[in-house]
Amino acid sequence: MEIVLFLFIAPVLAAVIQPAIRTIRSRSIAAVGSAIVISGGVIALFFLDIKESPAFFTAHSNAVNMAVLAGEILLSVYVVITGLKHKRYLAVLLMLAQIAIILGLELFYGDRLSAAHNLFLDRFSIIMAFIIGIIGSLIMVYACGYMKDFHTQHPEVRDRSSFFFIVCYLFLASMFVLVFANNLVWLHFCWELTTLASFLLIGYADTDEAVNNAFTALTMNLLGGLAFAGGIAYLCVAHGIVELDRLLAMNKYSVVLPVVLLSLAGITKSAQLPFSGWLLGAMVAPTPSSALLHSSTMVKAGVYLLLRLSPLLAHTLTGSMVTLVGGASFLVASLIAVSQRNAKWVLAYSTVANLGLIVACAGIGSAGTLWAGIFLILFHAVAKSLLFQSVGTVEHRLHSRDIEDMDNLINRMPRVTAMMVVGISGMFLAPFGMLISKWAALKAFIDIDSMLGLVLIVLLSYGSAATLFFWTKWMGKIISMKNKKIESGNMDAAVSRQELSSESIHAVLTVVLCLAFPLISQLLVEPYVSRISGIDYGIARGNYVIMGIMVSMLIALPVIIIRLQRHAQFVMSDGYTSGHTVSSDRHYIGSLGIDRKISMKNIYMKEYFGEKKIFAAGTAAGILFIIAMVAGALI
Amino acid sequence: MKIILGVILYIVAAPLVGGILAGIDRVLSAKLQSRVGPPLLQPFYDVLKLFEKRTMIVNRFQNAYAWCHVIFMAMTGAFFFEGGDILLAVFALTLAGIFLILGAYSSNSPYSYLGAERELVLMLAYEPMVILTMVGMYMVAQSFSFMEIAASQRPIILYLPGVFLGFLYILPMKLRKSPFDISSSHHAHQELVRGLTSDFSGSMLALIEIAHWYETTLLLGLVYLFFSFNPVVGVCAAFGTYFLGILVDNSYARLKWELAFTSAWGIALVLGGGNLAILYFIAGG
Amino acid sequence: MSFIAKSPWILHYDGSSCNGCDIETLACLTPVYDIERFGVINTGNPKHADILIVTGSVNHQNRDVLLNIYNQMPDPKAVIAVGICAITGGIFAECYNVLGGVDKVLPVDIYVPGCAARPEAIIDGIVKAIGILEMKHQNMRIKSKWRLRWPWKSELKFSY
Ligand code: SF4
Repeated sequence: MEIVLFLFIAPVLAAVIQPAIRTIRSRSIAAVGSAIVISGGVIALFFLDIKESPAFFTAHSNAVNMAVLAGEILLSVYVVITGLKHKRYLAVLLMLAQIAIILGLELFYGDRLSAAHNLFLDRFSIIMAFIIGIIGSLIMVYACGYMKDFHTQHPEVRDRSSFFFIVCYLFLASMFVLVFANNLVWLHFCWELTTLASFLLIGYADTDEAVNNAFTALTMNLLGGLAFAGGIAYLCVAHGIVELDRLLAMNKYSVVLPVVLLSLAGITKSAQLPFSGWLLGAMVAPTPSSALLHSSTMVKAGVYLLLRLSPLLAHTLTGSMVTLVGGASFLVASLIAVSQRNAKWVLAYSTVANLGLIVACAGIGSAGTLWAGIFLILFHAVAKSLLFQSVGTVEHRLHSRDIEDMDNLINRMPRVTAMMVVGISGMFLAPFGMLISKWAALKAFIDIDSMLGLVLIVLLSYGSAATLFFWTKWMGKIISMKNKKIESGNMDAAVSRQELSSESIHAVLTVVLCLAFPLISQLLVEPYVSRISGIDYGIARGNYVIMGIMVSMLIALPVIIIRLQRHAQFVMSDGYTSGHTVSSDRHYIGSLGIDRKISMKNIYMKEYFGEKKIFAAGTAAGILFIIAMVAGALI
Repeated sequence: MKIILGVILYIVAAPLVGGILAGIDRVLSAKLQSRVGPPLLQPFYDVLKLFEKRTMIVNRFQNAYAWCHVIFMAMTGAFFFEGGDILLAVFALTLAGIFLILGAYSSNSPYSYLGAERELVLMLAYEPMVILTMVGMYMVAQSFSFMEIAASQRPIILYLPGVFLGFLYILPMKLRKSPFDISSSHHAHQELVRGLTSDFSGSMLALIEIAHWYETTLLLGLVYLFFSFNPVVGVCAAFGTYFLGILVDNSYARLKWELAFTSAWGIALVLGGGNLAILYFIAGG
Repeated sequence: MSFIAKSPWILHYDGSSCNGCDIETLACLTPVYDIERFGVINTGNPKHADILIVTGSVNHQNRDVLLNIYNQMPDPKAVIAVGICAITGGIFAECYNVLGGVDKVLPVDIYVPGCAARPEAIIDGIVKAIGILEMKHQNMRIKSKWRLRWPWKSELKFSY
């Protein structure tokens, strides 16, 4: 309980001291300090509280409830004013409807709103806290280095760094409460806080595009928030409950409508089709905030809620529709990612795809899918955060996010390339976490033995083929070597210490998590899954051994081979170019004495995976599934 | 102990089997073209000769990629035949394949680069069908282990005729045979020189060749699983499939990658997905 | 005996020939002559080849290309000049752009005369080249002490 409070207070304190900070140096000291404190808190949480989980805390206080209410009102006033200022009436309308519901509840059913247990803690929350605390605070360390470069390279953007840091830390704080809240009203308040925080972060650059995209994000998420509020209102009025645990204990056929509404909230927040637009638009934000949104916060809140609800979704029409939305998002986003050249867009589509897979897992709600879903959240957070950070670093050195410009990156920025390779491998290669989770998800889909399972299997097999394709071609691009040797004056030197250290820790985490994977599974995930699903769930031990061997080989082999051949004298030669002499900057003299340049571009298969066509189809499918879900609940 | 012996046996025997199969391939192809053809052991001579040559490299990382390719390929096979999870084995096989692709990318020469790109397109094309095949096996035999599927005594082929046909369709892609030898061909005079392996030479090329032998045995092992109710039939079917591959190789021209990709995806959906759907119906109804 | 004798892979380079010798060289691969009996493969890639077959003369344009290709062949390797053009420049010798035979730029091991050289002669040349390859391989073995170049053993430094 104390640690839970501590985890909330620490980021708030970090936010509070930001205005007092003047120099980059002191800001990074503060960021490193808070990263250490918050990570320490998370680790303490793991060691001290794991035994007693699930634990429920009363934490009852009228003051807090009043503060939440006041916060909701303040938030809505702010949104309404900004909405009116920018003439975004839809957002204003959604906000007003939402606050009306909350106020109405407070006025007419105020007595029912006090929860028996406001906070709780179980193994799933510990995993989420790990993601938010460690990944989130590392991103803030990275941001110290990044924002400095960002403002030197973009003089047109007003320097509001302290504002940026304040919002980010508050974001983390509200995420912490979100994963520990048992009181749905509190949960909803934090939900709206994260919406507001992402609105502020997306609009940071204050250009027309940024403001536009920020409002798209706001509107879509307010729609989800409204659904959330509606769900709470229904639960409160019809069943008199505002607690998550009591909701989960209900018979799933008596709470169909609120579950539909909450799932809708989860789907908007996790940027599933047809609501993916806001997450893609969020790319205009500075990279650290993208990393936050995509890996440790925001979208993870959506899938967190859906996974929590998954016992109520299992074997229901709602669940099937949620699954189909997720599956469709996975396939569509993976296919579109093949056609993208912009590194950040590839990352964004891959986020939508992976979240889709988690959502699909949540909708199925069997033990196996629950297990896979939680691991997908964990591994995705680490690898995606690493990738965003390295793309941000590269962008500042090359002044481009285009993957084609990352040609021969290994010659120019060997260290950052190494991190990027780890991140990319973490996203799709065999012994790494994402693929293992996918494998588990696939098995779980087979085991549910219904037509829905088959549909998912087909979606998954096509989607993972596309995933394999776009990650490998990216990896190939950055590891292709222009010269035999790494350039001496490489650009790594110019990368700030904060960025490099955060990235290195992420890279190490990606590998360590894979090695510690059986441990995490046994200590955290399997007990949780067994408790929720009521059956003893576990992965065959033999597979752990194989994975362990593969991971260690994957790390050790290249090192050993390169070490062994250290003294070997190979005959060096250039790549085969039909006998032409090609200079190291890849020019040659053609047959008519003309100077020609060789350049290699990747395949993007735009004619098959064109963004517009597929995205439109996916959106249509998403809308259809959601209509079916809502209609099913109403009937 | 038994497992360790089995692994060692596999690691030694698989390249021998794969090499002899490659030799048969060359002799048979020659006969089909009314030539005499090389001796049966020619592939072994070739590989041993490659070890005798100096190795010419573009950069040192290439060697690491080639080594990882062969080691992971051998490991995947051992894992597959020694009763590991075949779905996991397929993912490990992908990892091994990725190393070769990365090696080709790494050399940064136009031919290797294009070869790598095309190999990736082929991977994109065959991956869905491979996964569906594994899923089908599991649905019929209720196990992901090679041993257990082989011991299940169920005539898997009768349950999965569509999946088998789909798998046959993508097999030439994995075996680098016509009409899908677009990334790297056994035969010379391809428009990409040797595609993927253009910039590997000497012992590194030999390693890649050995890895290919491992892959051949693994794939034929998969074919065997379809007919595993009777070992004799199974072995005959596996070799029969290989000879069918040789026949097709000699009688069809190379396809464009667009056609390879679209046809493979279509076939995976219709034959693979359709077959599984029928299985689901039967199981459900 | 070394395995190089059992699997000599060739690379065929066409200088400024009239295509007569090229056709004869390719004829070696046809069912009539079937040079694959000796394990010969036409690789089309210098990095995989053991024997370089050059037809036609060397001119100012292809001089560098030929040299590059030769340098990209790993040792041991042999060069065969097929046809009178490749040997001396033949009827093109007097042309303004022609340098002469292949041996103006590369060390040629075997000369196969003829205009055009007959396939039998070319096959004979290849078989002779195999002998030379074996000899070169012996020399390499004496120098490096290793019979097979195991990939983890160090290789001797080598310059062209
Ligand atoms: S030797 Fe005769 S046949 Fe051969 S290339 Fe020269 S001119 Fe043509």
